[in-house]
Amino acid sequence: MSQLVWNGLFVGSFYALVALGYSMVYGVIKLLNFAHGDLYMLGAFSGFAMLGALGGLVRSQSLLALLLVLVATMLVTGLAGMALERVAYRPLRGAPRLSLLITAVGASFALEYGTRAAAGADPRVYQVRLGGTTLHVLGARVTVQQLVLVAIAVALMVALHRLVTSSRQGRAMRAIALDPVAARLMGIDVDAVIARTFFLGSALAGAAGVMAGGYYGKIDFLMGFIIGLKAFTAAVIGGIGNIPGTMLGGLLLGLLESFGTDLLGGEWRDVFAFGCLILFLTVRPTGLLGERVTERV
Amino acid sequence: MLELTDLDVRYGAVRALRGLSLTVAEGEIVALLGNNGAGKSTALAAVSGLVRPSAGRITLDGREVTGASPPAMVAAGVVHVPEGRRIFSTLTVRENLQLGGYLVRDGAELERRIARVYDLLPRLAERRDQQGGTLSGGEQQMLAIGRGLVAGPRLLMLDEPSMGLAPLIVTAVMDVIRDINAAGTTVLLVEQNAKAALRIAHRGHVLDQGAVTLHAPAAELAADPRVIEAYLGA
Repeated sequence: MSQLVWNGLFVGSFYALVALGYSMVYGVIKLLNFAHGDLYMLGAFSGFAMLGALGGLVRSQSLLALLLVLVATMLVTGLAGMALERVAYRPLRGAPRLSLLITAVGASFALEYGTRAAAGADPRVYQVRLGGTTLHVLGARVTVQQLVLVAIAVALMVALHRLVTSSRQGRAMRAIALDPVAARLMGIDVDAVIARTFFLGSALAGAAGVMAGGYYGKIDFLMGFIIGLKAFTAAVIGGIGNIPGTMLGGLLLGLLESFGTDLLGGEWRDVFAFGCLILFLTVRPTGLLGERVTERV
Repeated sequence: MLELTDLDVRYGAVRALRGLSLTVAEGEIVALLGNNGAGKSTALAAVSGLVRPSAGRITLDGREVTGASPPAMVAAGVVHVPEGRRIFSTLTVRENLQLGGYLVRDGAELERRIARVYDLLPRLAERRDQQGGTLSGGEQQMLAIGRGLVAGPRLLMLDEPSMGLAPLIVTAVMDVIRDINAAGTTVLLVEQNAKAALRIAHRGHVLDQGAVTLHAPAAELAADPRVIEAYLGA
């Protein structure tokens, strides 16, 4: 039981990290950025390339190396997210939402098959596997590496939450989400704030990508597809556009999967997750904490 | 201070402004009157940079600002308080005011300006931690004006501040606008409520179909039979 809870929270913290970017972008420009999961994949690959370049340090100081690479990767995927917005989405500002959605699907394919062309179709094996000591906490087996990863994820989420709720930039993001025209009249450079939103969301996805590489060990160019859909599910469960809701949704989806898998068997995991998505879309499309969305629609 | 010359604005095939010309001098309250669709709001949107004129010039203190972006206009001291108030409804009163001062990077200066708005509009101080959307219509209008003031405008452009308000509240809003003007801010006031606007304005322009058809000191306009018939009622 406690093992199921821990497993769920662990996977859920990954979902939450990726879901946040989905949710922020949706909140600010009402775009479902289907290429978001691919930024997670890009993060995993950029981490892979950097670890390769670091070489010796990786063997002697694997955790330190991974942390360095994590920060550098966040920068890389953050900039990639900004570039994506600039090239694919900004020219369509004011276009019908369906055009944006189709563009997002196209951007997703471009990133996936671009990566395949650059890095090959075969899965890569991460140079760092965080070997950790196993601890027993309330009957659950918890590894130190899991604890470190969850701690990083939580720290990133807390930082993001504080940025959005109490900084000047965060206020500007929330203002744009509510009323972009009024936001412009405040002197806010809406395009610049949207670009920064993409940077933040993509950086978090990139961090999750490196963490997944270090934890699961294997990466491939399609790894972002399923996690993108899972992150979307998490965002919908929590209330898309709502940041605390999205974090909650990520953790909840992790728990649901963990218990669902225990109940129905591992091969049903994704069926169960997307069943939850459909259930929420039908019964409570605004999600658990998503009142703000109802107001906007 | 502000001069619009032969301004044209098109929305697709619709010409919202056709050769609009008007001036606003430093220290004035200038009223812009006219019916729905006369182009009053479009004129403000053209000045604040929300829409780009297809022809004509806008100058501020003699410097051309035609087509400048909204942030550039706010930075130049021209602040547009839009029609319908457009309060950020789920943000608090305080956050709304902070956003009004988005371009004020000095935190202490921003706090001083917000404190001045609280002095001028004490109701906002009482409700500082309430969400903007929970305020009454009059309070929301005060918040919209206060939010504009935090930007430190030299020229404040107000679009229909009396809209949807009870007569007593309209009077209170107009008094606040007069106080703001007395403290040194130039005001360009768009109103359908011509009576209320002409009570505080120095001069007025009447717009019809995107151009100025009449302009005169406020007292003369208020006594003009054409204005009385069309805009002031019997």
